[in-house]
Amino acid sequence: MAINLLMIFIAAVLTQNIAFTYLLGMCPFISLSKSLRTASGMGFAVIFVVTLTALINWPIYNYILVPLHSELIYYIVFIIVIAGTVQLVEMIMEKFFPVLQAAFGIFLPLITVNCTVLAVSLFMVIRSYNYLQTVVFAFGASIGWIIAIVIVAAINEKLALVGDIPRGMKGPGIIMTIAGILSLAFLGFAGMVTV
Amino acid sequence: MVTFTEIKKTKSYQTVLDGIWRDHPISSMVLGICSALAVSNTVANAIAMGAGVTFVLLATSLLISGLRNIIPRRVRMITYMIVIASFVIVVDRVLKAYFPEISESIGPYVGLIITNCIIMGRAEAFYSQNNVLHSVLDSVANGFSYTYTLVAIAIVREILGFGTLLGFQVMPDSFPKWVVISMAPGAFFVVSLFIWITRTLAKVESD
Repeated sequence: MAINLLMIFIAAVLTQNIAFTYLLGMCPFISLSKSLRTASGMGFAVIFVVTLTALINWPIYNYILVPLHSELIYYIVFIIVIAGTVQLVEMIMEKFFPVLQAAFGIFLPLITVNCTVLAVSLFMVIRSYNYLQTVVFAFGASIGWIIAIVIVAAINEKLALVGDIPRGMKGPGIIMTIAGILSLAFLGFAGMVTV
Repeated sequence: MVTFTEIKKTKSYQTVLDGIWRDHPISSMVLGICSALAVSNTVANAIAMGAGVTFVLLATSLLISGLRNIIPRRVRMITYMIVIASFVIVVDRVLKAYFPEISESIGPYVGLIITNCIIMGRAEAFYSQNNVLHSVLDSVANGFSYTYTLVAIAIVREILGFGTLLGFQVMPDSFPKWVVISMAPGAFFVVSLFIWITRTLAKVESD
């Protein structure tokens, strides 16, 4: 059991990295990976929201939708849960944790349209994980995402100092190329675990 | 008699032109990149995804521009999401029923049409402020340019990665398959090349 959980975690972080293997969460990747600070801020917000929404979505799917034979509408339910959770977290942070709010408050509204969040909940259904596996998978996948965006942002920051990039390649183009090279490197982890 | 120069000045013409070329969703605004990367490994997947997104755009634009004066401003985002999610379910069901292999291979990416920023972006920026005719034209133009981009990327990736086109073999047997092009890194490289070429041609100034 513990081994299985560990395998799921390693797979989610390294071998099946959500950004470099499943190519998810690319919109914030392009817009936020200009500085290390914003990238890590967004990354932490994603870890928090992804894990929280997976924790809420699993019981809703398995204890409400499945017994009622309403699996058909799970897209709608998941997206409402995600939007509602983000809104709620924002309100709670504003009231009780103003320091946290100042640190990554601006990223929260953007998370609703970050496909990583919805994708983790969909993978949880497709792979029929149990509750514990879901928690580990959601946490691992979001750790994998923050690793990816932080590496890309760090390279991008250094590149701005030395680079003489062709005009059309500036911005999104070069970020995609960096991500491509990193994704090649992440292929090297492929043999580590099989899930 | 309406001449072409007169047509050029109408709002409908401008809307279509903006959608297809000037505000091209993928290359100039860099929206909807996730699905463009993930499902462009074969042409069949790209066509299915493009058709799905176009359908959702069309249906959403009809409904939202029709109801734009009734939807309260405060809850508009969640309304858009519910509308989009409902149409995505339709796409998902149709794919599962008629094209099970494609549905199998694109898997969760159909569901992720919901978070495709093109649809949300167009709903917020255009459909909530314009009448039904212009919204429908805009959605068709955006859906079309999204589809042709996806198909163009997929043609390159399928030929190099599998040596086939729509499942038919087009390269000789001696052609060494560039397997990596059909995997994730290849997606990044081909899309970045595509962005480079179109941005250079369109002379987009990057921030």
